[in-house]
Amino acid sequence: MTAEPILTISGLNVDYGTGASGVRALRDIDLTLHRGEVLGLAGESGSGKSTLAYAVTRLLSPPGVITGGDVHYHRPGGESIDILSLTPDELRAFRWQELSIVFQGAMNSLNPVHTVHSQLTDVLTAHRPGMRAAERTARAEELLNLVGISADRLAAYPHQLSGGMRQRVMIAMALALEPEIVIMDEPTTALDVVMQRQILRKLVELRERLSFSVVFITHDISLLIEFSDRIAIMYGGRIVEQAGATEIYRDPRHPYSEGLLHSFPALHGPRRELTGIPGSPPHLSAMPTGCAFHPRCGKAFEPCPERVPVLAAPEAGQDREVACWLPH
Amino acid sequence: MKYILQRLAFYAVTAWAAITINFLIPRLMPGDPVEALMSRYQGQLDTTAIASLKALFGLDEHQSLWSQYTDYWSHLIDGDLGLSFTFFPTPVGEVISQSLPWTLALVGITTLISFLLGTGIGVYSGWRRGSWLDGLLPVTTFISAIPYFWLGLIAIALFAVKWQIFPAAGGYDNSLVPAFDWPFISSALYHGVLPGVTIVLSAIAGWILGMRNMMVTVSSEDYVMVAQAKGLSERRVMFSYAARNAVLPNISGFALSLGFIVGGTLLVEMVFSYPGIGYQLFQAVGAKDYPLMQGVFLIITLSVLAANLLADMAYALLDPRTRKEA
Ligand SMILES: Nc1ncnc2c1ncn2[C@@H]1O[C@H](COP(=O)(O)OP(=O)(O)O)[C@@H](O)[C@H]1O
Ligand code: SF4
Ligand SMILES: [Mg+2]
Repeated sequence: MTAEPILTISGLNVDYGTGASGVRALRDIDLTLHRGEVLGLAGESGSGKSTLAYAVTRLLSPPGVITGGDVHYHRPGGESIDILSLTPDELRAFRWQELSIVFQGAMNSLNPVHTVHSQLTDVLTAHRPGMRAAERTARAEELLNLVGISADRLAAYPHQLSGGMRQRVMIAMALALEPEIVIMDEPTTALDVVMQRQILRKLVELRERLSFSVVFITHDISLLIEFSDRIAIMYGGRIVEQAGATEIYRDPRHPYSEGLLHSFPALHGPRRELTGIPGSPPHLSAMPTGCAFHPRCGKAFEPCPERVPVLAAPEAGQDREVACWLPH
Repeated sequence: MKYILQRLAFYAVTAWAAITINFLIPRLMPGDPVEALMSRYQGQLDTTAIASLKALFGLDEHQSLWSQYTDYWSHLIDGDLGLSFTFFPTPVGEVISQSLPWTLALVGITTLISFLLGTGIGVYSGWRRGSWLDGLLPVTTFISAIPYFWLGLIAIALFAVKWQIFPAAGGYDNSLVPAFDWPFISSALYHGVLPGVTIVLSAIAGWILGMRNMMVTVSSEDYVMVAQAKGLSERRVMFSYAARNAVLPNISGFALSLGFIVGGTLLVEMVFSYPGIGYQLFQAVGAKDYPLMQGVFLIITLSVLAANLLADMAYALLDPRTRKEA
């Protein structure tokens, strides 16, 4: 991967609650998104994927707090912006213009009392004060066409649209200002498989046309194998492995990654046996010591319950990282 | 549109049922209180007055129930509600049309003020939880927990008796002739201050709490988060996304309270001897003035229905989902 970084996250820690009742949801997250790539973020439900998306966009609502770390955005010119120290006004200007997000609950992401038109154009009103009303409407029509919805749906209210259409409206909205980064948090989870593929194909096509970078979050790793360039795997609030999509698929190094691959039917290639992962994900308040995965890991050995494995390249010079005590 | 027509039909049927019950009740009453009263006013009632009272209270036993019923309706449609005994020989319709504007003005305006003010405070305190506005909540809740009767009497004791700032009773200075001029209007406003402020004080906490809770609930909705993520101005997120949705459940509450303006005003008008319809009803009950009571009940019923219809229309206007369900 020769591309320059566009978003760098380093040492990010997030807690829910403070003091005795506080729990740590993200631990020392280091992650880089490169210009033009699709980065997949996978992990079972509760592993902290959404928390990461909210923290990066500073949308965490109480009791969530960022307790440490940096998030930097790199403008195309090379200028670097410290997202976590933006003032409220700077943050408002930054949002959607540089980084937009499609949420997990995309079904409820549209305001039920306003039309699609109003919700597509208010972001233009906020960020492009010079734009005239007719231009905004034209842009909204263009955006709907982009995602394959006819322009006459602009007058519709959210409840008049199907789930798939609402989702595509959200994607259109995310592209309204042609941002550099789009974060998609399980954008298709609530939809049926056919609709999921349709939307993802559209997304990939749009990305090639408009060249933005994507962080694609899902618990279904088989989607990522197909659609992303690189994949990061999360477990218990940590990144436990990251590598190119094909490398993860062919040669997962972390037992958890391997478990995930055996939890979803592969789309292409040889059939894998669906064994799943025994046990269930840990609670934040009772995170196992050492490698958090050790109670569920078939390959655990002496160091695992004692010491936390660090995320590092398995062999020097490799462009992948894994956090596991197993010799590679 | 279809939705509104459906609602209209529903309320028409309800109104018909209410009026029919109003027709039946005096006919089911044991004894003949109206007849007793009529005999007391013997000689003072002319024949048309007797005819309309008979039609309204079913004293004409020679008629079938059905023809009594059609008679009743034809009197109602003419606006003929009989004669009031308390204000003999003023027709009930006239008594009501003189007192109703007072009630509508006093309680209507104060209900609107409490709703708007309470909703506004609720929006801000729900949006900025932990701000100084939250300190206001226990105070308003405490005041609203005081029975209105007490609150009114305390207000009179303090501001009308101890410090004689405001009048203790009445709707205007009795030395003035009611007219649409400044001396009369200013006197009416001046007399309205104490009852008005006490109504607002006792009602506002409910609106604040209801709106605050809804704001808190709605603030965690995905679309509010999206609005934040879009970098919209805080005002737009707070009003157009959060408050705009949070206010919907309060609309029906507001409509109900509009309906209770006429019915619920009894206490206020008793405490302040205010010349509205509640005070009229109070006097009618005391004087066993059945025609007036029946007239007031009719007005109360119709106003509750009208307020509900209004609420349905407001809801249809504010919530596009209602329009679809029609
Ligand atoms: N508001 C909250 N308060 C407390 N804990 C939370 C809150 N939101 C999420 N969590 C916890 O944080 C962890 C990560 O959640 P989340 O980021 O939603 O995971 P994912 O998106 O991977 O399913 C979970 O254990 C969840 O229980
Ligand atoms: S560190 Fe040990 S427990 Fe953790 S994944 Fe590797 S082998 Fe399993
Ligand atoms: Mg999630």
